[in-house]
Amino acid sequence: MHATSGIPIVTMSKYSIFSLVRNALGYHENWPLAWRSPEPKAEYDVVIVGGGGHGLATAYYLAKEHGIRNVAVLEKGWLGGGNTGRNTTIIRSNYLWDESAALYEHSLKLYEGLSQELNFNIMFSQRGVLNLAHNLHDMRELSRRVNANRLNGIDSEILTPEQIKAIVPILNTSPTARYPVLGASLQRRGGTARHDAVAWGFARGADAHGVDIIQNCEVTGIRRNGARVEGVETSRGYIAAKKVGVVVAGHCSVLAGMAGFRLPIESHPLQALVSEPVKPIHHSVVMSNAVHVYVSQSDKGELVIGAGIDAYNSYAQRGSFAVVEGQIGALVELFPIFSRLRMMRQWGGIVDVCPDASPIIGKTPVENLFFNCGWGTGGFKATPGSGWVFAHTIATGEPHPLNAPFTLERFTTGFLIDEHGAAAVAH
Amino acid sequence: MLLIECPWCGPRDDQDFTYGGEAHIARPERPEKLSDEQWGDYLFMRSNPKGTHLERWVCNGCRRWFNVCRDTVTDEITAVYRMGEKPPGAIKKAGRKS
Ligand SMILES: [Zn+2]
Repeated sequence: MHATSGIPIVTMSKYSIFSLVRNALGYHENWPLAWRSPEPKAEYDVVIVGGGGHGLATAYYLAKEHGIRNVAVLEKGWLGGGNTGRNTTIIRSNYLWDESAALYEHSLKLYEGLSQELNFNIMFSQRGVLNLAHNLHDMRELSRRVNANRLNGIDSEILTPEQIKAIVPILNTSPTARYPVLGASLQRRGGTARHDAVAWGFARGADAHGVDIIQNCEVTGIRRNGARVEGVETSRGYIAAKKVGVVVAGHCSVLAGMAGFRLPIESHPLQALVSEPVKPIHHSVVMSNAVHVYVSQSDKGELVIGAGIDAYNSYAQRGSFAVVEGQIGALVELFPIFSRLRMMRQWGGIVDVCPDASPIIGKTPVENLFFNCGWGTGGFKATPGSGWVFAHTIATGEPHPLNAPFTLERFTTGFLIDEHGAAAVAH
Repeated sequence: MLLIECPWCGPRDDQDFTYGGEAHIARPERPEKLSDEQWGDYLFMRSNPKGTHLERWVCNGCRRWFNVCRDTVTDEITAVYRMGEKPPGAIKKAGRKS
Protein backbone atom coordinates (compact mmCIF):
# COMPACT_ATOMS: atom_id res chain seq x y z
CA MET A 1 0.00 0.00 0.00
CA HIS A 2 1.25 3.41 -0.93
CA ALA A 3 0.33 6.87 0.15
CA THR A 4 -0.03 9.50 -2.55
CA SER A 5 3.53 10.66 -1.98
CA GLY A 6 4.75 7.22 -2.96
CA ILE A 7 5.95 6.55 0.55
CA PRO A 8 4.80 3.21 1.93
CA ILE A 9 2.93 3.35 5.20
CA VAL A 10 3.89 0.31 7.18
CA THR A 11 1.89 -0.88 10.12
CA MET A 12 4.35 -2.23 12.64
CA SER A 13 3.01 -4.91 14.95
CA LYS A 14 3.57 -3.81 18.52
CA TYR A 15 5.58 -6.12 20.74
CA SER A 16 3.94 -6.71 24.13
CA ILE A 17 3.12 -9.42 26.61
CA PHE A 18 -0.13 -9.95 24.70
CA SER A 19 1.55 -10.34 21.32
CA LEU A 20 3.95 -12.78 22.98
CA VAL A 21 1.06 -14.87 24.35
CA ARG A 22 -0.84 -14.67 21.07
CA ASN A 23 2.19 -15.85 19.10
CA ALA A 24 3.01 -18.54 21.65
CA LEU A 25 -0.42 -20.02 20.93
CA GLY A 26 0.57 -20.12 17.26
CA TYR A 27 3.87 -21.86 18.06
CA HIS A 28 5.70 -18.62 17.18
CA GLU A 29 5.22 -19.32 13.48
CA ASN A 30 3.31 -16.14 12.66
CA TRP A 31 5.58 -13.33 13.85
CA PRO A 32 5.71 -10.68 11.13
CA LEU A 33 9.08 -9.71 9.71
CA ALA A 34 10.60 -6.84 11.70
CA TRP A 35 11.32 -4.86 8.54
CA ARG A 36 10.76 -5.15 4.78
CA SER A 37 13.44 -5.89 2.19
CA PRO A 38 12.37 -3.64 -0.68
CA GLU A 39 14.03 -3.19 -4.05
CA PRO A 40 15.90 0.10 -4.19
CA LYS A 41 13.99 2.95 -5.82
CA ALA A 42 15.58 5.09 -8.53
CA GLU A 43 15.77 8.15 -6.28
CA TYR A 44 15.52 9.12 -2.63
CA ASP A 45 15.48 12.37 -0.71
CA VAL A 46 18.23 11.00 1.50
CA VAL A 47 20.51 7.98 1.06
CA ILE A 48 22.32 6.80 4.16
CA VAL A 49 25.40 4.73 3.37
CA GLY A 50 26.03 2.18 6.11
CA GLY A 51 23.47 0.05 7.95
CA GLY A 52 25.11 -0.07 11.33
CA GLY A 53 23.60 1.37 14.47
CA HIS A 54 24.59 4.96 13.66
CA GLY A 55 23.19 4.83 10.11
CA LEU A 56 19.94 3.19 11.17
CA ALA A 57 19.54 5.64 14.06
CA THR A 58 20.09 8.50 11.60
CA ALA A 59 17.38 7.14 9.30
CA TYR A 60 15.01 6.61 12.22
CA TYR A 61 15.38 10.16 13.54
CA LEU A 62 15.26 11.63 10.01
CA ALA A 63 11.85 10.02 9.57
CA LYS A 64 10.52 10.49 13.08
CA GLU A 65 11.90 13.88 14.14
CA HIS A 66 12.20 15.60 10.78
CA GLY A 67 9.44 13.95 8.74
CA ILE A 68 11.87 12.96 5.97
CA ARG A 69 10.65 9.50 5.06
CA ASN A 70 11.80 9.01 1.50
CA VAL A 71 15.04 7.57 2.80
CA ALA A 72 17.14 4.50 2.00
CA VAL A 73 19.77 2.88 4.18
CA LEU A 74 22.31 1.02 2.01
CA GLU A 75 24.31 -1.73 3.70
CA LYS A 76 26.95 -3.72 1.86
CA GLY A 77 26.61 -6.71 4.18
CA TRP A 78 23.97 -7.34 6.81
CA LEU A 79 22.55 -4.92 9.38
CA GLY A 80 24.86 -4.36 12.32
CA GLY A 81 27.45 -6.74 10.87
CA GLY A 82 30.29 -4.26 11.22
CA ASN A 83 31.41 -2.58 14.40
CA THR A 84 27.86 -2.46 15.76
CA GLY A 85 27.97 -6.23 16.23
CA ARG A 86 31.65 -6.38 17.19
CA ASN A 87 32.03 -4.00 20.12
CA THR A 88 31.97 -4.73 23.84
CA THR A 89 28.61 -2.91 24.30
CA ILE A 90 29.78 -0.47 26.97
CA ILE A 91 27.79 2.74 27.41
CA ARG A 92 28.94 5.73 29.48
CA SER A 93 29.25 9.48 29.11
CA ASN A 94 32.07 10.39 31.53
CA TYR A 95 34.17 12.27 28.97
CA LEU A 96 36.52 15.04 29.97
CA TRP A 97 35.79 17.89 27.58
CA ASP A 98 32.52 19.83 27.49
CA GLU A 99 31.91 19.07 23.80
CA SER A 100 32.25 15.30 24.20
CA ALA A 101 30.44 15.22 27.52
CA ALA A 102 27.41 16.96 26.00
CA LEU A 103 27.31 14.66 22.98
CA TYR A 104 27.77 11.38 24.87
CA GLU A 105 25.45 12.44 27.68
CA HIS A 106 22.72 13.21 25.16
CA SER A 107 23.24 9.72 23.78
CA LEU A 108 23.08 8.14 27.24
CA LYS A 109 19.82 9.96 27.93
CA LEU A 110 18.38 8.64 24.67
CA TYR A 111 19.53 5.13 25.65
CA GLU A 112 17.64 5.49 28.93
CA GLY A 113 14.33 5.66 27.07
CA LEU A 114 15.24 3.71 23.97
CA SER A 115 13.52 0.36 24.67
CA GLN A 116 10.23 2.22 25.19
CA GLU A 117 10.84 4.58 22.27
CA LEU A 118 11.51 1.72 19.86
CA ASN A 119 9.15 -0.84 21.43
CA PHE A 120 12.16 -3.14 21.25
CA ASN A 121 14.05 -4.48 24.25
CA ILE A 122 17.64 -3.33 23.82
CA MET A 123 18.49 -4.90 27.20
CA PHE A 124 19.96 -1.66 28.48
CA SER A 125 21.45 -2.38 31.87
CA GLN A 126 22.74 0.54 33.95
CA ARG A 127 25.03 -1.61 36.03
CA GLY A 128 27.70 1.04 36.54
CA VAL A 129 31.06 1.58 34.84
CA LEU A 130 34.24 1.72 36.91
CA ASN A 131 37.52 3.10 35.62
CA LEU A 132 40.44 1.99 37.78
CA ALA A 133 43.45 4.06 38.80
CA HIS A 134 46.70 2.22 39.47
CA ASN A 135 49.08 5.05 40.32
CA LEU A 136 49.08 8.63 41.57
CA HIS A 137 49.00 10.09 38.11
CA ASP A 138 45.96 7.95 37.25
CA MET A 139 44.29 9.25 40.43
CA ARG A 140 44.92 12.88 39.50
CA GLU A 141 43.62 12.40 35.97
CA LEU A 142 40.63 10.56 37.34
CA SER A 143 39.82 13.31 39.86
CA ARG A 144 40.11 15.91 37.15
CA ARG A 145 37.74 13.97 34.90
CA VAL A 146 35.22 13.25 37.67
CA ASN A 147 35.16 16.94 38.61
CA ALA A 148 34.73 17.92 34.96
CA ASN A 149 31.88 15.41 34.64
CA ARG A 150 30.11 16.79 37.69
CA LEU A 151 30.41 20.36 36.43
CA ASN A 152 28.69 19.11 33.27
CA GLY A 153 25.89 17.51 35.25
CA ILE A 154 27.06 13.97 34.56
CA ASP A 155 26.88 11.51 37.45
CA SER A 156 30.43 10.59 38.36
CA GLU A 157 32.09 9.76 41.65
CA ILE A 158 35.41 8.64 43.06
CA LEU A 159 35.60 5.34 44.93
CA THR A 160 38.17 4.20 47.48
CA PRO A 161 39.62 0.69 47.18
CA GLU A 162 37.23 -0.43 49.95
CA GLN A 163 34.22 0.95 48.09
CA ILE A 164 35.44 -0.72 44.89
CA LYS A 165 35.84 -4.02 46.71
CA ALA A 166 32.23 -3.79 47.91
CA ILE A 167 31.04 -3.46 44.30
CA VAL A 168 33.55 -5.83 42.68
CA PRO A 169 34.56 -8.40 45.33
CA ILE A 170 36.51 -10.48 42.83
CA LEU A 171 38.86 -7.61 41.93
CA ASN A 172 42.37 -7.98 43.35
CA THR A 173 42.73 -4.85 45.48
CA SER A 174 45.62 -6.19 47.54
CA PRO A 175 48.31 -3.51 48.07
CA THR A 176 50.88 -6.04 46.86
CA ALA A 177 49.08 -6.68 43.57
CA ARG A 178 51.08 -6.12 40.42
CA TYR A 179 48.58 -3.44 39.44
CA PRO A 180 47.57 -1.94 42.80
CA VAL A 181 44.11 -0.35 42.75
CA LEU A 182 44.27 3.13 44.31
CA GLY A 183 40.78 4.16 43.38
CA ALA A 184 38.24 4.30 40.61
CA SER A 185 35.72 6.55 38.99
CA LEU A 186 32.18 5.26 38.88
CA GLN A 187 29.39 6.30 36.59
CA ARG A 188 26.34 4.53 37.98
CA ARG A 189 24.19 5.37 34.96
CA GLY A 190 26.70 3.70 32.65
CA GLY A 191 26.37 0.08 31.67
CA THR A 192 25.77 -2.14 28.68
CA ALA A 193 23.10 -2.88 26.08
CA ARG A 194 22.52 -5.62 23.54
CA HIS A 195 24.33 -4.25 20.50
CA ASP A 196 22.38 -6.23 17.87
CA ALA A 197 19.10 -5.16 19.45
CA VAL A 198 20.07 -1.50 19.11
CA ALA A 199 20.58 -1.98 15.36
CA TRP A 200 17.46 -4.11 14.96
CA GLY A 201 15.30 -1.78 17.05
CA PHE A 202 16.32 1.25 15.00
CA ALA A 203 15.90 -0.73 11.77
CA ARG A 204 12.38 -1.80 12.72
CA GLY A 205 11.48 1.71 13.81
CA ALA A 206 12.91 3.30 10.67
CA ASP A 207 11.12 0.77 8.46
CA ALA A 208 7.83 1.49 10.22
CA HIS A 209 8.27 5.15 9.28
CA GLY A 210 8.75 4.24 5.62
CA VAL A 211 12.55 4.03 5.38
CA ASP A 212 13.82 1.46 2.84
CA ILE A 213 16.50 -0.76 4.37
CA ILE A 214 18.52 -2.35 1.58
CA GLN A 215 21.08 -4.97 2.55
CA ASN A 216 23.72 -6.57 0.31
CA CYS A 217 24.02 -3.26 -1.50
CA GLU A 218 27.56 -1.94 -1.62
CA VAL A 219 28.27 1.64 -2.58
CA THR A 220 31.02 1.63 -5.21
CA GLY A 221 31.03 5.27 -6.21
CA ILE A 222 29.73 8.70 -5.32
CA ARG A 223 28.45 10.67 -8.29
CA ARG A 224 28.97 14.43 -8.23
CA ASN A 225 27.66 17.20 -10.40
CA GLY A 226 30.30 19.83 -9.90
CA ALA A 227 30.46 20.63 -6.21
CA ARG A 228 27.18 18.87 -5.43
CA VAL A 229 26.43 15.21 -4.78
CA GLU A 230 23.90 13.57 -7.12
CA GLY A 231 23.70 9.99 -6.03
CA VAL A 232 25.61 6.79 -5.43
CA GLU A 233 26.75 3.94 -7.64
CA THR A 234 25.99 0.64 -5.97
CA SER A 235 26.30 -3.08 -6.59
CA ARG A 236 22.56 -2.91 -7.31
CA GLY A 237 22.72 -0.02 -9.74
CA TYR A 238 22.74 3.75 -9.58
CA ILE A 239 20.58 5.42 -6.94
CA ALA A 240 19.98 9.16 -7.17
CA ALA A 241 19.80 11.14 -3.95
CA LYS A 242 19.17 14.77 -3.04
CA LYS A 243 21.37 14.28 0.03
CA VAL A 244 23.80 11.54 1.02
CA GLY A 245 24.90 10.73 4.58
CA VAL A 246 27.92 8.46 4.92
CA VAL A 247 28.20 6.49 8.19
CA VAL A 248 30.69 3.72 7.42
CA ALA A 249 32.95 2.85 10.32
CA GLY A 250 36.04 1.13 9.00
CA HIS A 251 35.74 2.50 5.49
CA CYS A 252 35.27 6.25 5.72
CA SER A 253 38.59 7.11 4.02
CA VAL A 254 37.59 4.85 1.12
CA LEU A 255 34.21 6.58 0.76
CA ALA A 256 35.81 10.03 1.09
CA GLY A 257 38.18 9.01 -1.70
CA MET A 258 35.16 8.23 -3.90
CA ALA A 259 33.89 11.76 -3.27
CA GLY A 260 37.29 13.29 -3.92
CA PHE A 261 38.57 14.49 -0.55
CA ARG A 262 40.79 13.19 2.25
CA LEU A 263 40.19 12.61 5.93
CA PRO A 264 42.49 12.87 8.96
CA ILE A 265 41.75 9.25 9.75
CA GLU A 266 43.66 6.01 10.07
CA SER A 267 41.92 2.63 10.24
CA HIS A 268 43.09 0.09 12.80
CA PRO A 269 42.00 -3.37 13.97
CA LEU A 270 40.34 -3.56 17.37
CA GLN A 271 39.73 -6.94 18.93
CA ALA A 272 37.44 -8.38 21.57
CA LEU A 273 36.86 -11.83 22.94
CA VAL A 274 34.39 -13.70 25.12
CA SER A 275 34.87 -16.50 27.62
CA GLU A 276 32.80 -19.60 28.08
CA PRO A 277 29.54 -18.74 29.91
CA VAL A 278 29.65 -18.92 33.69
CA LYS A 279 27.17 -18.10 36.46
CA PRO A 280 26.76 -14.42 37.42
CA ILE A 281 30.06 -13.32 38.97
CA HIS A 282 30.74 -9.83 37.64
CA HIS A 283 27.89 -7.34 37.90
CA SER A 284 29.40 -4.07 36.71
CA VAL A 285 31.75 -2.93 33.96
CA VAL A 286 35.40 -2.60 34.99
CA MET A 287 37.86 -0.74 32.80
CA SER A 288 41.52 -0.20 33.38
CA ASN A 289 43.15 2.32 31.18
CA ALA A 290 46.71 1.89 32.44
CA VAL A 291 46.85 -1.85 31.83
CA HIS A 292 44.32 -1.61 29.03
CA VAL A 293 41.62 -4.15 29.57
CA TYR A 294 37.89 -3.86 30.13
CA VAL A 295 35.45 -6.54 31.13
CA SER A 296 31.77 -7.06 31.75
CA GLN A 297 29.57 -10.16 31.90
CA SER A 298 26.85 -10.66 29.32
CA ASP A 299 23.38 -11.89 30.18
CA LYS A 300 24.39 -15.25 28.68
CA GLY A 301 27.18 -15.43 31.27
CA GLU A 302 30.13 -14.87 28.98
CA LEU A 303 32.79 -12.43 30.07
CA VAL A 304 33.14 -9.81 27.35
CA ILE A 305 36.71 -8.58 27.21
CA GLY A 306 38.19 -5.77 25.19
CA ALA A 307 41.55 -4.04 24.86
CA GLY A 308 43.29 -1.59 22.57
CA ILE A 309 43.96 -1.31 18.86
CA ASP A 310 46.82 -2.72 16.85
CA ALA A 311 49.17 0.16 16.11
CA TYR A 312 49.34 -0.28 12.34
CA ASN A 313 46.79 0.63 9.65
CA SER A 314 44.64 -2.28 8.58
CA TYR A 315 41.40 -3.13 6.82
CA ALA A 316 41.65 -6.83 7.73
CA GLN A 317 39.07 -7.60 10.43
CA ARG A 318 41.58 -9.41 12.61
CA GLY A 319 44.27 -8.33 15.03
CA SER A 320 47.52 -9.52 16.56
CA PHE A 321 47.82 -12.25 19.10
CA ALA A 322 50.14 -9.99 21.11
CA VAL A 323 47.20 -7.70 21.94
CA VAL A 324 45.16 -10.65 23.21
CA GLU A 325 48.11 -11.85 25.27
CA GLY A 326 48.55 -8.41 26.85
CA GLN A 327 44.88 -7.95 27.68
CA ILE A 328 44.49 -11.44 29.16
CA GLY A 329 47.66 -10.94 31.21
CA ALA A 330 46.19 -7.72 32.63
CA LEU A 331 42.80 -9.35 33.18
CA VAL A 332 44.22 -12.24 35.19
CA GLU A 333 46.30 -9.89 37.36
CA LEU A 334 43.18 -7.85 38.15
CA PHE A 335 40.84 -10.85 38.46
CA PRO A 336 42.83 -13.92 39.54
CA ILE A 337 39.56 -15.90 39.66
CA PHE A 338 39.36 -15.73 35.84
CA SER A 339 42.69 -17.51 35.33
CA ARG A 340 41.19 -20.89 34.42
CA LEU A 341 38.35 -19.60 32.24
CA ARG A 342 38.48 -20.70 28.63
CA MET A 343 38.00 -18.17 25.88
CA MET A 344 35.32 -19.13 23.37
CA ARG A 345 35.47 -16.58 20.56
CA GLN A 346 37.74 -13.81 19.41
CA TRP A 347 37.13 -11.34 16.61
CA GLY A 348 38.22 -8.00 15.21
CA GLY A 349 36.64 -4.94 13.69
CA ILE A 350 38.15 -1.95 11.93
CA VAL A 351 37.96 1.35 13.78
CA ASP A 352 38.54 4.73 12.14
CA VAL A 353 40.64 6.85 14.47
CA CYS A 354 40.96 10.64 14.32
CA PRO A 355 44.11 12.39 15.57
CA ASP A 356 42.15 13.80 18.53
CA ALA A 357 40.14 10.62 19.17
CA SER A 358 36.88 12.49 18.55
CA PRO A 359 34.43 11.89 15.71
CA ILE A 360 33.76 14.00 12.63
CA ILE A 361 30.04 14.70 12.18
CA GLY A 362 28.95 17.24 9.65
CA LYS A 363 29.36 18.81 6.25
CA THR A 364 32.08 17.93 3.74
CA PRO A 365 33.71 19.82 0.85
CA VAL A 366 30.95 18.30 -1.34
CA GLU A 367 27.56 19.99 -1.16
CA ASN A 368 24.74 17.86 0.27
CA LEU A 369 27.20 15.13 1.20
CA PHE A 370 27.55 14.60 4.95
CA PHE A 371 29.95 12.39 6.87
CA ASN A 372 29.60 10.86 10.32
CA CYS A 373 32.82 9.00 11.02
CA GLY A 374 35.98 8.66 13.05
CA TRP A 375 34.33 7.31 16.19
CA GLY A 376 37.49 5.32 16.85
CA THR A 377 37.18 2.68 19.51
CA GLY A 378 34.09 4.05 21.24
CA GLY A 379 31.17 4.57 18.89
CA PHE A 380 28.59 2.16 20.26
CA LYS A 381 27.81 4.26 23.32
CA ALA A 382 27.05 7.18 21.02
CA THR A 383 24.69 5.36 18.65
CA PRO A 384 21.38 7.13 19.40
CA GLY A 385 23.00 10.54 19.99
CA SER A 386 25.04 10.25 16.82
CA GLY A 387 21.92 9.41 14.81
CA TRP A 388 20.06 12.26 16.46
CA VAL A 389 22.57 14.98 15.59
CA PHE A 390 23.39 13.56 12.16
CA ALA A 391 19.71 13.45 11.22
CA HIS A 392 19.44 17.10 12.25
CA THR A 393 22.54 17.97 10.21
CA ILE A 394 21.22 16.24 7.08
CA ALA A 395 17.65 17.54 7.47
CA THR A 396 18.56 21.19 8.05
CA GLY A 397 21.90 21.32 6.25
CA GLU A 398 23.50 22.73 9.39
CA PRO A 399 24.94 20.96 12.43
CA HIS A 400 22.97 20.53 15.64
CA PRO A 401 24.58 22.53 18.50
CA LEU A 402 25.79 19.22 19.95
CA ASN A 403 27.83 18.27 16.88
CA ALA A 404 28.81 21.78 15.78
CA PRO A 405 32.28 21.43 17.37
CA PHE A 406 32.88 18.07 15.63
CA THR A 407 33.56 19.45 12.16
CA LEU A 408 36.13 18.38 9.62
CA GLU A 409 37.35 22.01 9.64
CA ARG A 410 38.74 21.62 13.15
CA PHE A 411 41.79 20.00 11.59
CA THR A 412 42.43 23.30 9.82
CA THR A 413 41.43 25.68 12.59
CA GLY A 414 43.12 23.71 15.35
CA PHE A 415 40.03 23.51 17.56
CA LEU A 416 40.67 19.87 18.37
CA ILE A 417 38.68 17.96 20.98
CA ASP A 418 41.51 15.98 22.46
CA GLU A 419 40.03 12.94 24.14
CA HIS A 420 43.12 10.75 23.80
CA GLY A 421 43.98 9.66 27.28
CA ALA A 422 41.40 11.97 28.76
CA ALA A 423 38.12 10.17 28.35
CA ALA A 424 38.73 7.26 30.66
CA VAL A 425 40.53 6.15 27.50
CA ALA A 426 39.50 2.58 27.06
CA HIS A 427 36.15 2.58 25.32
CA MET B 1 50.93 -10.66 13.48
CA LEU B 2 53.43 -9.56 10.88
CA LEU B 3 56.84 -10.88 9.94
CA ILE B 4 58.88 -7.79 9.11
CA GLU B 5 62.36 -7.84 7.65
CA CYS B 6 64.61 -5.21 9.21
CA PRO B 7 67.20 -4.20 6.58
CA TRP B 8 69.89 -4.63 9.26
CA CYS B 9 68.61 -7.37 11.62
CA GLY B 10 66.59 -9.57 9.27
CA PRO B 11 63.08 -11.00 9.71
CA ARG B 12 61.46 -10.51 13.10
CA ASP B 13 58.02 -10.54 14.72
CA ASP B 14 56.20 -7.19 14.58
CA GLN B 15 56.46 -6.96 18.36
CA ASP B 16 60.15 -6.19 17.79
CA PHE B 17 59.18 -3.04 15.89
CA THR B 18 57.27 0.16 16.47
CA TYR B 19 54.94 1.52 13.83
CA GLY B 20 55.58 5.02 12.54
CA GLY B 21 52.59 5.67 10.29
CA GLU B 22 52.40 6.75 6.67
CA ALA B 23 55.75 7.21 4.91
CA HIS B 24 56.96 10.01 2.64
CA ILE B 25 55.19 12.88 4.37
CA ALA B 26 57.91 15.50 4.20
CA ARG B 27 57.86 18.33 6.70
CA PRO B 28 57.29 21.52 4.69
CA GLU B 29 60.46 23.55 4.23
CA ARG B 30 58.82 26.86 5.15
CA PRO B 31 55.88 26.17 7.50
CA GLU B 32 55.34 29.89 8.06
CA LYS B 33 54.53 30.29 4.35
CA LEU B 34 51.70 27.74 4.47
CA SER B 35 48.01 28.42 4.81
CA ASP B 36 46.19 26.82 7.75
CA GLU B 37 44.70 24.36 5.28
CA GLN B 38 48.10 23.28 3.94
CA TRP B 39 49.53 22.98 7.44
CA GLY B 40 46.48 20.99 8.59
CA ASP B 41 46.90 18.74 5.58
CA TYR B 42 50.52 18.07 6.48
CA LEU B 43 49.75 17.45 10.15
CA PHE B 44 46.55 15.44 9.99
CA MET B 45 45.40 14.26 6.57
CA ARG B 46 46.35 10.69 5.69
CA SER B 47 45.79 8.49 2.63
CA ASN B 48 44.72 5.49 4.76
CA PRO B 49 44.34 3.29 1.65
CA LYS B 50 42.58 -0.05 1.52
CA GLY B 51 45.38 -1.92 -0.23
CA THR B 52 48.97 -0.86 -0.84
CA HIS B 53 50.31 1.29 1.99
CA LEU B 54 53.77 2.83 2.29
CA GLU B 55 54.64 3.07 5.96
CA ARG B 56 57.51 3.57 8.38
CA TRP B 57 58.68 1.20 11.06
CA VAL B 58 61.49 1.44 13.60
CA CYS B 59 63.39 -1.65 14.72
CA ASN B 60 63.53 -2.00 18.49
CA GLY B 61 66.72 -4.01 18.10
CA CYS B 62 68.99 -1.73 16.07
CA ARG B 63 66.77 1.38 16.58
CA ARG B 64 66.88 2.24 12.90
CA TRP B 65 63.97 3.47 10.80
CA PHE B 66 62.98 2.07 7.43
CA ASN B 67 60.06 1.97 5.00
CA VAL B 68 57.70 -0.92 4.33
CA CYS B 69 55.20 -1.45 1.54
CA ARG B 70 52.33 -3.52 2.95
CA ASP B 71 48.84 -4.42 1.80
CA THR B 72 46.39 -3.28 4.49
CA VAL B 73 43.89 -6.03 3.61
CA THR B 74 46.11 -9.09 3.18
CA ASP B 75 49.04 -7.84 5.34
CA GLU B 76 51.40 -8.99 2.58
CA ILE B 77 54.69 -7.07 2.66
CA THR B 78 55.94 -6.52 -0.88
CA ALA B 79 58.94 -4.27 -0.24
CA VAL B 80 61.25 -3.06 2.50
CA TYR B 81 63.52 -0.10 1.71
CA ARG B 82 65.67 2.37 3.58
CA MET B 83 64.84 5.89 4.68
CA GLY B 84 65.43 8.43 1.94
CA GLU B 85 64.89 5.82 -0.77
CA LYS B 86 61.95 5.83 -3.13
CA PRO B 87 59.56 2.87 -3.16
CA PRO B 88 60.86 0.29 -5.63
CA GLY B 89 59.49 -0.23 -9.13
CA ALA B 90 55.86 0.18 -9.92
CA ILE B 91 54.68 0.91 -6.38
CA LYS B 92 52.99 4.29 -6.21
CA LYS B 93 51.88 6.21 -3.22
CA ALA B 94 48.10 6.25 -3.05
CA GLY B 95 45.77 9.09 -2.28
CA ARG B 96 48.02 12.10 -2.16
CA LYS B 97 47.67 14.73 -4.82
CA SER B 98 50.64 16.18 -6.72
ZN1 LIG C 1 67.03 -3.85 13.17
